[in-house]
Amino acid sequence: MIEQLWGRTERLAVRCGVAIAKLWRRSLHFRVVTITVFLGLFVALGLGTYMYQRIAGGLASRATSIAEHEALNQRSDAQSQFNNAPRTDIGSLRAIAQQLAVSVGTKVGDQNVRVVITRSPGNTFPPLGTISTKPGDEKLIPSSVRGAVRKDPAHAQLEISTMKVDGREVPSVVVGARIAIPNAGNYDFYLVAPMTAESQMLGIVRTSFLLGGLVLTLLLAGIAYLVTRMVVTPVRDAAHVSERLTAGALNERMQVSGEDDLARLATSFNAMADSLQRQIRQLEDLSKLQQRFTSDVSHELRTPLTTIRMAVDMIHASRADFAAPVSRSAELLSRELDRFETLLTDLLEISRFDAGATAAGTEPVDLRDIVTRVVDGCEQIATAQGVKLRVHSRRAAIAPMDARRIERIVRNLVTNAIEHAERKPVDITVGANPTAVAVAVRDYGVGLRPGDADQVFNRFWRADPARARTTGGTGLGLSIALEDARLHDGWLQAWGEPGNGACFRLTLPVRSGQPIGRSPVTLAPDDSSVGLAMPSGNSLTIGTRVAGAPRPGDGPGGGSGDGSRDGSRDGR
Amino acid sequence: MTNGRVLVVDDDPSLAEMLGIILQGEDLEVTFCATGDRAMEAFHDSKPDVVLLDVMLPGIDGVEVCRLIRAESTVPIVMLTARTDTVDVVLGLESGADDYVTKPFKPQELVARVRARLRRGDDVESESITLGDLSIDVSGHVVQRGGAPILLTPLEFDLLVALARKPWQVFSRETLLEQVWGYRHAGDTRLVNVHVQRLRSKVEKDPENPEIVLTVRGVGYKAGPA
Repeated sequence: MIEQLWGRTERLAVRCGVAIAKLWRRSLHFRVVTITVFLGLFVALGLGTYMYQRIAGGLASRATSIAEHEALNQRSDAQSQFNNAPRTDIGSLRAIAQQLAVSVGTKVGDQNVRVVITRSPGNTFPPLGTISTKPGDEKLIPSSVRGAVRKDPAHAQLEISTMKVDGREVPSVVVGARIAIPNAGNYDFYLVAPMTAESQMLGIVRTSFLLGGLVLTLLLAGIAYLVTRMVVTPVRDAAHVSERLTAGALNERMQVSGEDDLARLATSFNAMADSLQRQIRQLEDLSKLQQRFTSDVSHELRTPLTTIRMAVDMIHASRADFAAPVSRSAELLSRELDRFETLLTDLLEISRFDAGATAAGTEPVDLRDIVTRVVDGCEQIATAQGVKLRVHSRRAAIAPMDARRIERIVRNLVTNAIEHAERKPVDITVGANPTAVAVAVRDYGVGLRPGDADQVFNRFWRADPARARTTGGTGLGLSIALEDARLHDGWLQAWGEPGNGACFRLTLPVRSGQPIGRSPVTLAPDDSSVGLAMPSGNSLTIGTRVAGAPRPGDGPGGGSGDGSRDGSRDGR
Repeated sequence: MTNGRVLVVDDDPSLAEMLGIILQGEDLEVTFCATGDRAMEAFHDSKPDVVLLDVMLPGIDGVEVCRLIRAESTVPIVMLTARTDTVDVVLGLESGADDYVTKPFKPQELVARVRARLRRGDDVESESITLGDLSIDVSGHVVQRGGAPILLTPLEFDLLVALARKPWQVFSRETLLEQVWGYRHAGDTRLVNVHVQRLRSKVEKDPENPEIVLTVRGVGYKAGPA
């Protein structure tokens, strides 16, 4: 039970500590105020203690000197009373001593002052007994004073002790001296004067010091708060404005008031925003211009191309009526026109991306449906190439996407894999996790050379320029795929090893605008060699060799001869 | 005896002529118009069964012509476009086009689209369906709500009938493309989205909260509770 409570308290304390540490890190305000309060407290405490000590010392020395003076007066008064006593029998002397002890309060003006008269050691006269103002007062006399009086009877002996006044321990001055009583010998005369007034005064001083210190500290905290606010508020404003600017509100500006440093901050901040806005506008204009140009080129090129297309198709359809060379020419014309069309489409698509004129119209789609459609569409080519397509998908992988673009990416990846699979099967894996859905297309064919994975997405890139262009790709397929993936805030990544095949993985966020935690399917067979954390932001590729694989040019066959890949990897 | 009349509105003479050759090869009667300004005139004169309409035209542009035709007729319209951007395509479809082909297209592709638009009116058996508070007379091509007829284009009508015939079934966009547009292979699913919006704006009491044509997230569409 107690352990439980202790555990709870401990957890609470840890939570509080963490919260305060966070506040400390994040709020300049909190930090400045806290530091000021601590420094203020430190100074107030130091100064207060020093002054209190000085005042206490002064009061005590004044009290002792008064008490000593009083004691000497009382002693000489007592001595003279004893000396002038009309009768010196024990009873009368006792009465005089008693009278002295009781009346001392009235004489001194403080009812708490006590007098004690005791018989000195070595006195051989018959004893008078111990006389005191109140019975039991002799206990107030410390033995050290008694010893001092015995050693040096000629002078007054002084010591600070404590006594109880009204139930409270109060420091008191004890003064001892010796008197000689006729017919009774030497007696020790003690006066005990409590420093009631002084201790009361010290109490008041302490209370006011504490209060004053506290008020001073609070005042300091308040001042620190206000002063910091004067500086922090404009800084926070600047932060807020720059956040708005980042979010795209380019017209946002800071308010400039006065001519101080903060005004200068605001002015230069606004100048920066102006300059940024101007440059962004320029880029936007440029982008619009290019967009317009692309659109015009597109239209101007496509209309005649359509006519040619239809004319060629007509000629091609009736090629049997022509002589063999003309018939063959018609075939070539038709085939190359197809290629030309694909290339034009791809080029226009790329330039639209470059002009920033693309927008994805997303809606929730199951990635598995797209994969099924693509696989159905590619089945024929796959069979012709002797490649078996194996789809692995268990869970629904629904994410917002532009189905047309994603289908284009997947088709591109699958046809590429078929082309490079070398009659080995191709694995298509679909997966989903809370942040992302992904499809990975893995072949076991020629693979990629180290470093190639970084380049496969480059436009018109080919692993081996000498390699015959048998596939008929435009060399733009993967570049377009990468742009399409970017449009979805997704990742498109490649991995490959010579002889072990390659893997291309497309990962898309489940909610647009939310970053992908990690991809639900693996890219490389040994994912550790690639690193689990993918580059944030965008679809950069990571191509790494698996541990132990030869570096380029490291060993025999490291960099050349083994299957290089047609960089276009394009099936469109 | 022709299979139908086609009006070709295109400013490029070569393309128009080539289109004529192709379409006449399919036993279609073809009339031409080279500008947007005279398109309506030509439309009234020729009374076509299908209109092929280029988006970029001198004078009034294709989208506007499409809107003008749609204002007075439910004739099938196929747009010829050189632009594939979603915005352009959607704009054309929203102005009332039934379908579109992107330049450059293959002759067979165009012929298939035109044929699909002409194919209708073959089913003779009388059939009437009730969907919500709508009554649909399939052979008579009439949709009524409480006796008041709702004017739908043939394609919108086909879309509604396809959904209404099987109110328990959820249709994917691909299925609808195949059934309503007659595409054998995957086409552009934006066609379906835009037409569903258009259909809703005509048959729904509140197009924001549809009761007749419901969206099934991540799958497609289905007809509302019959």
